[in-house]
Amino acid sequence: MKLLISTFVACLVYSILLLGSENQLEVGALVVLAFVVSLVGKKMGLMEKLAVAVREHPQFPAYASVFGVLVIMLFFHNSHFALLMLATVLIYSIVCLGLNIQFGYVGIVNFAGAAFFGIGSYTAAILATHTAVPHLLVLFIAAGISALIGSILIYPVLRTRGHYAALVTIAFGILFRNFLEVNDTLGGPQGLKIPPFTIFGWNLSEGLDIGGFEISFYIPYLLIALFLLIASFRITRNLERSWIGLSMDMVRTDEIAASTFGVNIAHWKVVAFTLGNFIAGMAGALYGMMTAYVAPNNFTFADSLILVSIVILGGIGNPWGIIPAAAIVVILPEKLQFIQEYRFLLYAIVVILILLFRPDGLLPRRIREYFPSNKVGGQR
Amino acid sequence: MSFEILLQYLLNGLMLGVIYAIVAVGFTLYFGVLDVIKFSHGDILMVGAFAGLTAYIGISETFTSPWLQLLVLIVVSLAVASFLGAVIARYLILPLQKAPPINTLLVTLMLGLALREMVRLFYPNGSNPKPFPKLLPVDGIDLGEFTLRSDSLILLITGVLTIVAVQRLITKSKIGLAIRAVAQDSETARIMGINFHRVVLITFMLGSALAALAGLMNGLYYNEVNFSMGLLLGVIGFSAAVVGGLGNFYGAIVGGFLFAGLQTIGAVLLPAILPNVPSAYKDVFAFAVIIIIMGLKPTGLISEKSSERV
Repeated sequence: MKLLISTFVACLVYSILLLGSENQLEVGALVVLAFVVSLVGKKMGLMEKLAVAVREHPQFPAYASVFGVLVIMLFFHNSHFALLMLATVLIYSIVCLGLNIQFGYVGIVNFAGAAFFGIGSYTAAILATHTAVPHLLVLFIAAGISALIGSILIYPVLRTRGHYAALVTIAFGILFRNFLEVNDTLGGPQGLKIPPFTIFGWNLSEGLDIGGFEISFYIPYLLIALFLLIASFRITRNLERSWIGLSMDMVRTDEIAASTFGVNIAHWKVVAFTLGNFIAGMAGALYGMMTAYVAPNNFTFADSLILVSIVILGGIGNPWGIIPAAAIVVILPEKLQFIQEYRFLLYAIVVILILLFRPDGLLPRRIREYFPSNKVGGQR
Repeated sequence: MSFEILLQYLLNGLMLGVIYAIVAVGFTLYFGVLDVIKFSHGDILMVGAFAGLTAYIGISETFTSPWLQLLVLIVVSLAVASFLGAVIARYLILPLQKAPPINTLLVTLMLGLALREMVRLFYPNGSNPKPFPKLLPVDGIDLGEFTLRSDSLILLITGVLTIVAVQRLITKSKIGLAIRAVAQDSETARIMGINFHRVVLITFMLGSALAALAGLMNGLYYNEVNFSMGLLLGVIGFSAAVVGGLGNFYGAIVGGFLFAGLQTIGAVLLPAILPNVPSAYKDVFAFAVIIIIMGLKPTGLISEKSSERV
């Protein structure tokens, strides 16, 4: 427990320092520090100890991360940029959780993640501009639309396999972007503006003044993102641990074996694909409302690749890996302005190296334990 | 619509079809020998075109004859691309042979991104489109209103000849036999004394050289190259190869012309039938049809022979 708490405090202080530092040298030093610490930690067997400690207190990481986000939020309560980045990390994590259900569990690689994210943003833009639908509901409608449009692809996705299935999503991603660029009603290449999020008549983008504290307008968005992340995380985790996750794992590892055991392959593929697109669309709607505008350039094929690389970087199938991976992918290029120009190149190289030398990612998914280990009373 | 414009569209469609088919043949060759998708194919095409452009800039002062310039340009471009192809095969694709196929797909996708970014960042003024030299004679043959320009004709004939040559190479030559043997069953081929690694490297060199040729044709036809030209051409080539049936040489050619046909139909017929749909939707139309075809024929039009081993 002590180890867990000290690790948590260290991570918290580190994130605050990283988000708060303005100076390139500082950021560089922090990155090097993280690298050295992880190397030394591995040498000293700290990782194994940590893993054991987590197993003893399985609830700790979840509560600690939520608490950590809240602390960081309070710390940066009036600095817009840090909060924007934090919220972006959370939103990207949500999308990647969705992709993880598709990719990590049933094995459908979705190369159109950014397209489904974009469908969410565009739906939010249209609904919020032209209708009086309550904005909280917009999130869910956008998610529904994204899942609905995704269902067009279900038939080809189910029938095809491997590379042929990859073509379907790649073609869709490119089709979507192309469609947006030439469609004038959706703003063409310029995109659309999105009015700010309002809940019960309260405009979230105006910011607040509570007891003399000036509060950034990103905080409400951050809280919503945090809430959605917790919800989708719980769904993913519960899905994984239930018999549904078991069936999905089976569909991914061996379709023929799965079908001989009576697992309905098509059914689980449809469920996972739709759920993943639903989550991606929801995140897209929130992101659109937060940044107040959408344009086709945010939803290119390269962005889809970045989403897929977050999932791989984190460790395919492990929802816990996604959040640190998203943090690395989102925060580092923003902070290290001198690599901003080179960030796509850098991602590409990092992902190639990871695939070559550590194909399981940063936090590889652990093998299922069917029989709970008898430590700590064996409660599961 | 006048007959001349229709003829113009037809010529353009044929031109695109040839280019797409050449790109798709590369995909299908790689898939044949190693069962992998090399997604950086389109970016090899772009690198080939840029290598050709650089060679042209380097020698345009020394040699003045456009034919000689063209020759140097082609040689340099094909050499660079096939070297790159061999390096990629040796250091990225062969080591990942045992990994899940999706990893190879991702590695090469990322490699494509890296190549694209490198050209954008490190080629002088690489983020802007570059003019490509007009090296082919532009005088035309008049057919009424329609002028058949000789550069288009030369490119078209070159493309067709290339496809025929590759087909002959694969079906008639010894190395073609080796490639086909590896494609059919790599283990048996090895037992029969075929040098597997050499065949793989040669296949990748051949495919990359074809990509570079397609890149040069594209550059000569449009007189412009840019760093992102490979992305769309690669995706189209991939679509053509997959729709035709991966691993099938003729399927790739059918797929290439099919895609060009769809684009042309999207540009000509769609606005004619539905007046409020502009021709800018041609790619949307083509990709939508591709998705539909994939739903109907999940392993392509000329499907690969496969059986599920249980």
